[in-house]
Amino acid sequence: MGRLKKKFRLSFVALPYTVYALIFILAPMVLIVVYSLCYQQGGGWELTLKYFEKFFDLSNPMYLRSLWDSVWIAALSTIVCLILGYPMAYILSKMRPSVRGMVSFLFVLPMWMNFLLRTFAWMTLLENTGVINTLLGHIGVGPVQFMYTKGAIVFGNVYNFLPFMILPIYNTIVKLDGMYLEAAGDLGANFSATFRRVIFPLSLPGVVSGVTMTFVPAVTTFIVSRLLGGKNALIGDLIEREFATGNWGFGSAMSVIIMVMILLMMGVMGRYEKEQSASGGLLM
Amino acid sequence: MKKLVCLVLCAVLLCGLVSACSSGSKPTLKVYNWGDYIDEAVLDMFEEEYGVEVVYDTYDTNEAMYTNLVSKGDAAGYDVVIPSDYMISKMINEGMLAKIDVSAMENYSLIEDRFKNLGYDPNNEYSVPYMWGTLGILYNTTLVDGPVESWSVLFDENYSGRLFMMDSVRDSIGVALDYLGYSMNSTNDAELAEAEALLKEQKPLVLDYTGDEVKDKMIGGEAALAVVYAGDAITCINENSDLKFAVPVEGSNLFFDAMCVLETSENKELAEQFIDFMCRTDIAEMNRAYINYSSPQTEVVDALPDEIKNDGVQYPASEQIADSEVFVDLGEYVEVYNEIWNRIIFG
Amino acid sequence: MKKLISACKGAYSAIIFLFLYLPIVVLIVLSFNESSSRAVWGGFSLKWYTALLENSSIRDALVNTLFIAAASAAIATVVGTAAAIGINSMRRLPQTLITNLTYIPVTNADIVTGVSLMVLFMFLSIPFGRVSLLLAHVTFNIPYVILSVMPKLHQMNKHSYEAALDLGCTPLGAIIKVVIPEIMPGIITGAILAFTLSIDDFVISFFTKGDGINTLSTVIYTAITKGTKLKNQINALSAVMFIVVLALLIVVNVRASKDARERERAARNRARHR
Repeated sequence: MGRLKKKFRLSFVALPYTVYALIFILAPMVLIVVYSLCYQQGGGWELTLKYFEKFFDLSNPMYLRSLWDSVWIAALSTIVCLILGYPMAYILSKMRPSVRGMVSFLFVLPMWMNFLLRTFAWMTLLENTGVINTLLGHIGVGPVQFMYTKGAIVFGNVYNFLPFMILPIYNTIVKLDGMYLEAAGDLGANFSATFRRVIFPLSLPGVVSGVTMTFVPAVTTFIVSRLLGGKNALIGDLIEREFATGNWGFGSAMSVIIMVMILLMMGVMGRYEKEQSASGGLLM
Repeated sequence: MKKLVCLVLCAVLLCGLVSACSSGSKPTLKVYNWGDYIDEAVLDMFEEEYGVEVVYDTYDTNEAMYTNLVSKGDAAGYDVVIPSDYMISKMINEGMLAKIDVSAMENYSLIEDRFKNLGYDPNNEYSVPYMWGTLGILYNTTLVDGPVESWSVLFDENYSGRLFMMDSVRDSIGVALDYLGYSMNSTNDAELAEAEALLKEQKPLVLDYTGDEVKDKMIGGEAALAVVYAGDAITCINENSDLKFAVPVEGSNLFFDAMCVLETSENKELAEQFIDFMCRTDIAEMNRAYINYSSPQTEVVDALPDEIKNDGVQYPASEQIADSEVFVDLGEYVEVYNEIWNRIIFG
Repeated sequence: MKKLISACKGAYSAIIFLFLYLPIVVLIVLSFNESSSRAVWGGFSLKWYTALLENSSIRDALVNTLFIAAASAAIATVVGTAAAIGINSMRRLPQTLITNLTYIPVTNADIVTGVSLMVLFMFLSIPFGRVSLLLAHVTFNIPYVILSVMPKLHQMNKHSYEAALDLGCTPLGAIIKVVIPEIMPGIITGAILAFTLSIDDFVISFFTKGDGINTLSTVIYTAITKGTKLKNQINALSAVMFIVVLALLIVVNVRASKDARERERAARNRARHR
């Protein structure tokens, strides 16, 4: 009995947070679901599916197309990040521990620079009259139009999110027990076999968290597309615009769709992900 | 480590609190204006002369301003806004603007008479003109071949990937309607469908649908053509002499931006003082010199050098703007415009 | 062969580093450019830095940013630590429920968190301004504090809290004297994480800030998308922020490795005494 009482008291200190979370985490989610399903008419509210019908309207699939664009651009960005990031994480993990700290520090550094400033930097470089085209002009090439394209959005995403891919993968590889590798070697596996059969499968949790940390912000960004992508607008721009022009219902509906998409993705990914703190290794 | 973190947190918290509290006592005026549409030094001068604090914020389009005011209601707390003609009549109709007493304003008489009692506010009960101007094409003479005289250049494949359109419902659809020979205020479904088709066809040629950033880009030589307001064009031309501005032969949009007091304002008197202050010759000139839009203030215009008065851009002769139309409030029909614009941007 | 491989590795790392740092270096170089053009080098100048110092909107935004970051980190750290301790001792069902709730802001897209908070504030007619901004930042910060503290609580000996109670401590006393010191590293990590995330945030601030109130991020956004005269100052600001971030991270890392060395030494001593 006494123990039960103690238990109860200790969980009690979570009460302020529980209340806070119900108001500021749960209620907003409920609200946008409500807004996405209701519309105001006269004084009353009416239940409706019209916002979702508008989004999934196959006779005018502009919203679906913009969602599809966002998804493939984000997916491509994620794949490029993985292809570039995995070898880097691997190389990093094989460095001498003293060097390793320093080098991983260098990776973290640009990540803490303001996101907008980093994207702005690429505007400066990529514009038709930007630094790169000016240099190309001196050697008689170009100007090449880098900006205002979907490619530029992919590029911006890769730049901004590459460290989010490298670090989680690095963290899992570096914690791999060397014994596995030795064992694989003893059993006659060469490097590629060891990599395929041992290292890569064991580093999957890192890959999964890297992929989610890259894909989710990439699919919903409206900064990168707005600053680098020119007329190529993504689903994030659409949501921002709907809220800015007061169409809350439709904006909420799209937010709900994005949320469901992310949840589904998390569900699939979650199978591969072991318990990992979301912030794991980001800071130091 | 622990102590360091604590210390930093405490210090920052303290200085934040001090700064947050120190601004509590004075009366506050909240001004809501277009982005990059005032010399901000003017605000400091007003604060000093009247012993008040000015909170200043900006919007990109009339529509964004309107939405923000409607959705936040009283919570927005603005006193002064500077919408354009058609938006002013919409806001008057919806009871969002307060009547103002122009007789109490010392400097109101300095506003040219032809800018008073215009269609959007026939008895001049709600607004005092701030700036006016035209919509037209800013072009880079080193990047275009042939003259730029008509909206047709915006639909010319030769300029593919070398032009900026404006991210503004009324302006961009207005350009298409005007080019097709229809009224910029058309509420005819067939005409709008034609305009939509034209803009859709144009999209592959467009680099971006821009807001204020277009000025930077045109100064830098990013593109050959851009649809801009005359005042912004002058700002760009002052920085880059390769640029020129043309009001198309088809005519264009003539706009008036005027200062209004919101019905929800709790400082109506101070708001009127601010509007009066903005009409004062030195202040009106500072703003004119900074944003380069056309001023309706007589003393400001009189003092201008001839090359500005006669450049045909800032103070066009009346025959130049004879074909121009002022936007009017379309009421509910504006939804059709919004839908079309969405389909163009995201289609 | 070995040499070749290690040369390849070096070259690959160099390319990635170049990719990560090139734009930052370009911004820093341009911040010293006398000319406002980025195509022409007009000579060395500090004029953009002077302009930056005199820019009151950036100064106000900096004060706001630091205030919001410190206040939200402080609140999030206290509430979040308490929450973690509480959650850790909950029964299975409520524990799962609250943990899942906590994961929402972490996994959700920023834009969804941002617009949903905006909708909430309007619904509750909370005025948009410093308060709404602070509430929003606390909301996305608390989960990170909880997630930083949780692993330390798991590592902790479950019985030490009960032992303290048995030895006559009050529950509050036991938490302060026994639990908090054990999980301190997690709390500090959480606090720093909250502080930095708050400074770095743009999207959520964009939707929940009041009009006329800006953080550094939103001021930068305005300058990039609107101002014609601010870009060079933004270059200078980038350089300053880079230096500050560099300095902060160096301090944090030096401290961390010193702590680690001390812990190692302590462990060695303990082993020797045994």
